[in-house]
Amino acid sequence: MKVLTANRLADGEAVWYANGGWAEIIDNADLADDKATEDRLEAIGATALANNEVVDVNLIDVTVANGVVVPVRLREKIRAAGPTNRNDLGKQARPEAARAA
Amino acid sequence: MYRYDEFDHDFVQARVAEFSDQVARRLAGEITEDQFRPLRLMNGVYLQLHAYMLRIAVPYGTLNSKQLRMLGHIARKYDKGYGHFTTRQNIQFNWPALSDIPAILADLASVEMHAIQTSGNCIRNVTADHFAGAAADEVADPRPYAEILRQWSSVHPEFSFLPRKFKIAVTGAERDRAAIQTHDIGLHLKKNAAGELGFAVYVGGGQGRTPMIAKKIRDFLPEADLLSYCTAILRVYNLYGRRDNKYKARIKILVHETGVEEITRQVEAEWQELKDADLKLPEADIRAIDAYFAPPALVDRPEGDEAVKLARLDSKSFSEWLDQNVVTHRHPDYAAVTISLKGIGEAPGDASDSQMEAVADLAEKYAFDELRVSHEQNLILPHVARADLKAVYDVLVDIGLATANSNLITDIISCPGLDYCALATARSIPVAQEISSRFASLERQREIGELKLKISGCINACGHHHVGHIGILGVEKKGAELYQVTLGGSADENTSVGEIIGRGFSSEEITDAIEQIVETYLGLRLDRNEKFIDAYRRVGPTPFKEALYAGETKAA
Repeated sequence: MKVLTANRLADGEAVWYANGGWAEIIDNADLADDKATEDRLEAIGATALANNEVVDVNLIDVTVANGVVVPVRLREKIRAAGPTNRNDLGKQARPEAARAA
Repeated sequence: MYRYDEFDHDFVQARVAEFSDQVARRLAGEITEDQFRPLRLMNGVYLQLHAYMLRIAVPYGTLNSKQLRMLGHIARKYDKGYGHFTTRQNIQFNWPALSDIPAILADLASVEMHAIQTSGNCIRNVTADHFAGAAADEVADPRPYAEILRQWSSVHPEFSFLPRKFKIAVTGAERDRAAIQTHDIGLHLKKNAAGELGFAVYVGGGQGRTPMIAKKIRDFLPEADLLSYCTAILRVYNLYGRRDNKYKARIKILVHETGVEEITRQVEAEWQELKDADLKLPEADIRAIDAYFAPPALVDRPEGDEAVKLARLDSKSFSEWLDQNVVTHRHPDYAAVTISLKGIGEAPGDASDSQMEAVADLAEKYAFDELRVSHEQNLILPHVARADLKAVYDVLVDIGLATANSNLITDIISCPGLDYCALATARSIPVAQEISSRFASLERQREIGELKLKISGCINACGHHHVGHIGILGVEKKGAELYQVTLGGSADENTSVGEIIGRGFSSEEITDAIEQIVETYLGLRLDRNEKFIDAYRRVGPTPFKEALYAGETKAA
């Protein structure tokens, strides 16, 4: 399964494509579990890059367990949460992330 | 220290204006990311995992209090309250918004700082001995030459698009604290038999995926020939360096593939064309730059001896800090102080906004307004009267920067690793933190003695693992972090590249493995005076391999 991720152009914030826009947390990211959906997300990413909304656009592997989206690679887990040595920084420090956890 | 003249001010201001315009056009969508990326990199702006990263140049690691205070201000106003001092004697901020970077650069320019040439395939920040100007063992201050190189290399039209990045380091002492043999060009400032200043010139050192120790291609280069000779080296490199393969593009590969004799011949031949032309440094120009680095007027403070003696009796922790973090100064009443940014269990090289401001205050009050960033990711007060050491120490205790671990096992060099870096393949900061916590006891650390432990989170080796007495390289294997250990590296006047000791360790195993290595050393050293690196050089890897892998089958 895959989700579409990028960094927002103006501030570099890590974002995931969800519900027709770019969300600052991964929780509700649009999931692609077939080639057609992956292609659709890739096209959305390419358009957003071309429109200068985001940079460094990638489709990444995730798993979904009990409705929670979890990236497969450690790199993406850290992007989705924040530095592992600083729990007070990044997404993990946000109230909505704390609720999700 | 060097002060900007009118030209420097105009040059930096013009660059701020130019890059501000480029950022505005990027944010307005007038230029694409492909067009913008090389422009932002020329101004020290990277994109990392969580945000942009801004790398700010600290030329040869020298700062004044006003500059450090500004870095603290930037950390607070535009970042998340801290900065990370790097192995290039620079500082990085991990969270700035692109839209704020023009304002940050304008703030930096107001204190004679910038982020130019902190990235890209150009000549990067020239580094130097962090005790320059203070060390008792130096022939002369290397920084005037580093400054001359900085001026010459800044937006040098011929050397702005080299095959790959290019790093120069200068030391002024026999004891090399600037790791010159791991640089593209390493310069050892020395005197010849006639008492004239010049350089031993080393070329082709570097770390990364192919570590190489620089080769000495000239034993004595007169100081007046510094720029013509460096130009000759850069020209040979620019012409023959491998542009076809990024991983073979550094000068170390050219030197290795060409051979030291042939590369020396080529450089010398090129130099013959240049040496008597306009790159020859006029004596008056060298002395003019020298004057910027005139040492502060150090008045005699003989009361320091008694003050230190009494304070030692009064405080064991002060005494330990004195033994570990304070070194001899060329003036007997003064000392150079290492402010450890390696608190037990902390991220190596990180300092908070308020710590930066407090250290700036210390420098202003007690250290003639001078500070250094060391490539070992600590801060240095180069000139402190011994009579003031206790007062400095007390403030450091208050701000949490009095850890007495300089050169000990917890004085770890670590890159940001996968917690921040887009290139990293494994985390390095948490490994450093766990090892630091395991060896928290100062008594135990001192029993172990000098031990340089260096950690990189990928093969690019920003954490200098190749030249750690113990080096740790984090890689990704089958989706998990794996840590490979090298032993026997060093980055001093006897530079060596560490040897891989065997199979790697998981993140759960690595601290135990390091402890096993240390215990093995303690068991085999001849006496307390035999340092880890000396013991390793005497006995080789076998006892360590046996200790780490005993009981494993050959197949493992």
